[in-house]
Amino acid sequence: MWIVLTTSVITTTASAAPICAPGMMPTAGVPSMFDPRSAPAEMILDITWLVTAICAVIFIIMQGLIIWAIIRYRAKHADGDGSEPPQVYGSNPVELAWTVIPLLIVFVLFLVSARGIFEIDKQEPPAGALEVTVVGHRWWWEFDYGAQGFTTANELHVPLTKDGESQAVFLTLESADVIHSFWVPQLAGKKDVVPGRTNHLWLQPLEIGHYVGQCAEYCGAQHANMLINVFVHTEADFNRWVANQQRAASQNNDAAKGRDLFLSTACINCHTIRGTVANGTFAPDLTHLMSRATIGSGIVPNTPDNLRNWVWDPQTIKPGCDMPSMKLTKDETDLICTYLETLQ
Amino acid sequence: MTAAPPSPQLQGAAPSLARLHEWVVTVDHKRLGIMYIVTGLLFFMIGGFEAAMMRWQLAWPGMDVVMPDEFNRLFTMHGTTMVFLVGMPILLGSANYLVPLMIGTRDMAFPRLNAFGFWLFFFGGLLLYFSYFGAQGLYGMGSAPDVGWFAYAPLTERTFSRGHSTDYWILGLLVSGFGSIATGINLVATILCMRCKGMSMMKMPLFVWIMLIDAILVVLAMPPLAASQIMLLFDRSLGSHFFDPQNGGSAVLWQNLFWFFGHPEVYILILPAFAFVSEIIPVFSRKVLFGYPLMVAATVSIGFISLGVWVHHMFAVGLSPAVNTAFMASTMLIAVPTGIKMFNWIATMFGGQIRLHTPMLFSIGFLSQFLFGGLTGIMLAVVPFDWQVSDSYFVVGHFHYVLFGGLVFTIFAAIYYWFPKVSGRMLSETLGKWHFWLLFIGFNLTFAPMHVSGMLGMPRRIYTYQLERGWEFWNLLSSIGVLFQALAIAFFVWNIIRSLRKGKPAGDDPWDAWTLEWTTTSPPPPWNYDIDPEVRSRRPLWDEKHPEDPDWKYE
Repeated sequence: MWIVLTTSVITTTASAAPICAPGMMPTAGVPSMFDPRSAPAEMILDITWLVTAICAVIFIIMQGLIIWAIIRYRAKHADGDGSEPPQVYGSNPVELAWTVIPLLIVFVLFLVSARGIFEIDKQEPPAGALEVTVVGHRWWWEFDYGAQGFTTANELHVPLTKDGESQAVFLTLESADVIHSFWVPQLAGKKDVVPGRTNHLWLQPLEIGHYVGQCAEYCGAQHANMLINVFVHTEADFNRWVANQQRAASQNNDAAKGRDLFLSTACINCHTIRGTVANGTFAPDLTHLMSRATIGSGIVPNTPDNLRNWVWDPQTIKPGCDMPSMKLTKDETDLICTYLETLQ
Repeated sequence: MTAAPPSPQLQGAAPSLARLHEWVVTVDHKRLGIMYIVTGLLFFMIGGFEAAMMRWQLAWPGMDVVMPDEFNRLFTMHGTTMVFLVGMPILLGSANYLVPLMIGTRDMAFPRLNAFGFWLFFFGGLLLYFSYFGAQGLYGMGSAPDVGWFAYAPLTERTFSRGHSTDYWILGLLVSGFGSIATGINLVATILCMRCKGMSMMKMPLFVWIMLIDAILVVLAMPPLAASQIMLLFDRSLGSHFFDPQNGGSAVLWQNLFWFFGHPEVYILILPAFAFVSEIIPVFSRKVLFGYPLMVAATVSIGFISLGVWVHHMFAVGLSPAVNTAFMASTMLIAVPTGIKMFNWIATMFGGQIRLHTPMLFSIGFLSQFLFGGLTGIMLAVVPFDWQVSDSYFVVGHFHYVLFGGLVFTIFAAIYYWFPKVSGRMLSETLGKWHFWLLFIGFNLTFAPMHVSGMLGMPRRIYTYQLERGWEFWNLLSSIGVLFQALAIAFFVWNIIRSLRKGKPAGDDPWDAWTLEWTTTSPPPPWNYDIDPEVRSRRPLWDEKHPEDPDWKYE
């Protein structure tokens, strides 16, 4: 019954999922594996339907046998009438049958799944793929666009097409500390992000949109809020986004006081703002902070109020995260946020 | 219990103290069995309480019932407790109590080793829970471990796990683990060497066969865990770097070592469930177990294959496709002997006269729920599907169907079935049926929706989630189910307390059963049997009750 329910929920949410309007922040739908928007997720779903169907049939048959046995062979009197039923010790042909038939089913399932493994698990980048290195940190994501020459955090942007052709994305997964796992169910299965190992994951988006996921391997206090937002853009939108990311940070002198304050605090030990002396790498790159829809790796929307509360004391929003309260005054917080808000 | 005369040192002491002393110094397999099971049930209450707190926190997005750190301790302690301090003692306890009775001997092969094993387990469990007070945490308070029950490195390294909570996790399990190894060896020796006259290996009750395989698995699987825990202790205390990738260690090594223990452990926990129902279903269907030799073969092959499937916990680690494919094959293969067992239990019911007493109700609950959990297990073996739902709530739902819907349901079946033998009194059938139905509803309400939330993208071990993700309805259902389960457990506890005092006297053989333990008194005397039993078949009491048509003519 719950399978039917799920499917209905999935279809309703799927039809409600909005299409990304250029320049706008689209809301994401339910991160359901039944609503794939990328080639590997679709391939997985095909295999899923097959194995679910096989298992559902087995379940119905076996459960039916159990229920039938209870109804048909229930004793007439609660404690019996003194007689015992015929004792059957076993039957070689029958037992052989229910050894061989499951073996055959399992063999078929194995062949289908094995083919799936080799098709989906790509160790080398598909030709012409966009390559991004994903570094898992406690508790945020770093995205290095090596070929494009910039680094960003928590929100992965990819194009749907390149030169009109479908564009594959090849992610290289590394960890800066403990094990994490990169999982955006609508785009691909998960892959662990293991320190001391380099893993790969491959996406091939099929539709423009905003897809959500999160870290799937327990990694400490804020594992629950290590969220992933993926935006699939049109080629033109993506190129605009890349061009903006490639710029050095804005040097808007209206916020000079805030900038000086920022650059004179310990903020710069962890954060980078390209074009300034801030070049720390322990925390998200803030060069284009305002181009991001969320802060705190997706925990709250990037609004002026949230930004002020975050800078004032991140621990009230994301208890246990590595960013401390800097013990700024209200005025200092305002100055710094005014500066951060210029980082378009 | 027959009161033994108080020991000389305690003459003149209060009777309650004298009685306590008897239990503390006992080497009687029955008393140790009871102590194992009672301790396991107490830890079950604690682990259940931890689970209830988590479900309260997750009932709705953004709840603030517990702090993030506290939530992480809750799921760590819940998992560790349920596996090591509930599952293990109850299986060792029931084997302890029943195996010597079923094979017609007086005690275990090494009674004092047996007591030693119990006390190691007992104090190991206390040591783990002492971390709530003793391990150094924030503000000088204690803190329990918060690294998850499989304690993945490098989260357990000193860099990421300050204080001593992880050391308590290591030491508590190391101590109780040695107890399990001791009892495992003891069980193997007992079963191989101490069977009564006439009981060849193929005339043992299937319960004893399964416990033999289980004990062998304990002896094979626990030492790798102990070794890896000692390595971790070295990392944390002596500056070694086995699991520290920043200094040339390997995070994946821990996973291999842990799951090399961890997957056999899952079968160590589920095999006793098979053992219980293999005794209960035949008695309440009034038929001999269908296909005994194949059941033995299936048990042996499950034990064997379970040692070679551990990488299916690591399909998302990024191992090569060839490795994943090989372990997918071994994992799927284990479905075959497990399926054989399901078929044989159902075939035992066919053509019988099924009596739906409480032990049988719980056994049927097991059949349905274990069937479901087993099938989702096959789904999880399919590597591409596993890439989606591994480490999601789908997995949480799956293993609770196996270990709760499977093992815990059969533990209750076993308690209702053997309580009369242990205490001399029957449990109330009325309360038992309330217990079953409430638990059946509550269990399914809690764990079936988890499969859905997992497939909708909800990872396990998160203390909160966002409203827009579409998970709130399924989580609310899961949390509501807990209320039914709590009520069911209340009925169970009340039933035990009430029946111990006012239960109907059981007599030697209340269920009209067939194995040796029902020939002695309830409760059995410390020496078990006045005369050494002698058997000619797997069902000695059937032979006695039906001299015109005894089993040994057919076996």
